Amino acid sequence: MSTAALSIQNVSHKFGRVEALKDVSLSVPRGGFTALLGVNGAGKTTLFSLITRLYNNSSGRIEVAGHDLRLAPGAALARLGVVFQSRALDADLTVAQNLSYHAALHGIGRAQARIRAVEVMTQVGLADRLDARVSALSGGQQRRAEIARALIHRPEILLLDEATVGLDVKSRAEVVELTRALTRDGVSALWATHIMDEIRPEDGLVILHKGRVLAAGSAGEIAAGADLTQTFLRLTGEET
Amino acid sequence: MSRELTPRMWLTAFLGIARRETLRFVNQRGRFLAALVRPLVWLFIFAAGFRAVLGLSITPPYQTYVLYEVYVTPGLCAMIQLFNGMQSSLSMVYDRETGAMRTLLVSPFPRWFLLGSKLVAGVIVSIIQVYTFLAIAWFWEVEPPPIGYLTVLPALVLSGMMLGAMGLFLSSAIRHLENFAGVMNFVIFPMFFASTALYPLWRMRESSTLLHDICAINPFTHAVELIRFALYGQFDLLSFLVVTGCLILFFGAAVFMYDPAKGLWARRKGG
Repeated sequence: MSTAALSIQNVSHKFGRVEALKDVSLSVPRGGFTALLGVNGAGKTTLFSLITRLYNNSSGRIEVAGHDLRLAPGAALARLGVVFQSRALDADLTVAQNLSYHAALHGIGRAQARIRAVEVMTQVGLADRLDARVSALSGGQQRRAEIARALIHRPEILLLDEATVGLDVKSRAEVVELTRALTRDGVSALWATHIMDEIRPEDGLVILHKGRVLAAGSAGEIAAGADLTQTFLRLTGEET
Repeated sequence: MSRELTPRMWLTAFLGIARRETLRFVNQRGRFLAALVRPLVWLFIFAAGFRAVLGLSITPPYQTYVLYEVYVTPGLCAMIQLFNGMQSSLSMVYDRETGAMRTLLVSPFPRWFLLGSKLVAGVIVSIIQVYTFLAIAWFWEVEPPPIGYLTVLPALVLSGMMLGAMGLFLSSAIRHLENFAGVMNFVIFPMFFASTALYPLWRMRESSTLLHDICAINPFTHAVELIRFALYGQFDLLSFLVVTGCLILFFGAAVFMYDPAKGLWARRKGG
């Protein structure tokens, strides 16, 4: 059994004749914050769709906390929490009703769900908004509530697909900081982004470009003392 | 930590999905009203007008001449379920454009179960609508035997499942929300008008044999007849078989289309 929270080995994916992912391998260590950096169209969303089994992966191997996604999809998905780019909460229901629904999707009953809802909403700093309608929350609060939703079944790894899209600078910083705090509590995170500012030298980093992994390691090592943006442009060959 | 799915967890998941559908329905009072006003308009206005034009002979399950309002009521019950099936299909397409469908499919339960739970939840909502409609229709002299209100329930479950499964299947084929108006024109209206909801089959034959044949093979006709007979405490075997067959067919096709390895999702292009 692999010790990584998420392990992807030699995964390729095609849409017709277009190769969206070519031989992608990466691994997210337990309790680690790993950034998946790439411009729009690099293949981040395709990779996430494969990990969440929205598309079937026909090549290579994806393991969530040691569970093969193809052989044991139920066990793998039970350990996965996902924050999608588009919102997944029902705007006209309360946060508690939403959380109870998502807990049910993992087989967690109402009484237990209520306890966990208080727990995860406290974690994301929104304990007092549990009974508010989602539409009454600000953009940043909605994102944090989405993270609470993804945490309700106590996943081992959290996937976040451009979780800060559409947020102002302050809310963005809060959401990144919140995710880092969660990894300190033991949850692993794969953070897909195209924003360099969100990455710190000590973070794990995977650079995805045109469906290929260009570099993987710690952000500090990859940048090797240089500016990450410059390094990224040099690696992707888009340096001016 | 063990994360095996126990029977209790399956029940929890189903109840959770059913609760979400009913909560959404209760929150959208406009939708409930619209779902009720539509058949009532048909009953109060259309049927009243047609009563004079259309004389009906005795046709099973009725044992005597019936008012047009009485004849048209089972068809309107099925219409409620048809619209409800399309409504849940619309919400599936909407859910897919937001992240709600993704979160549903990321659940560790198998897809047939998730889609089936959504289907049953939609049927529960449609049955609440039908009984409310029948209650109002009672004051309009549409008075089936009291036992009929009980015997119609299994028929409503089956027809609702069939029409919901059809909506589910259509939702997998519709790529964008905007295409939905097309479905209204090409599915709902032809299905409703080319059926026995408004006029009995024998009358159709008088005007056109082709139209009669189309009506006879239309699954919606069989949903209407199943409800019609059940509302009078009778069982129509042919309708039962056709509705059950179509249910299996549509649901199977929907599960196939939502399967990650097959159907439309496999060909979908991501970012």
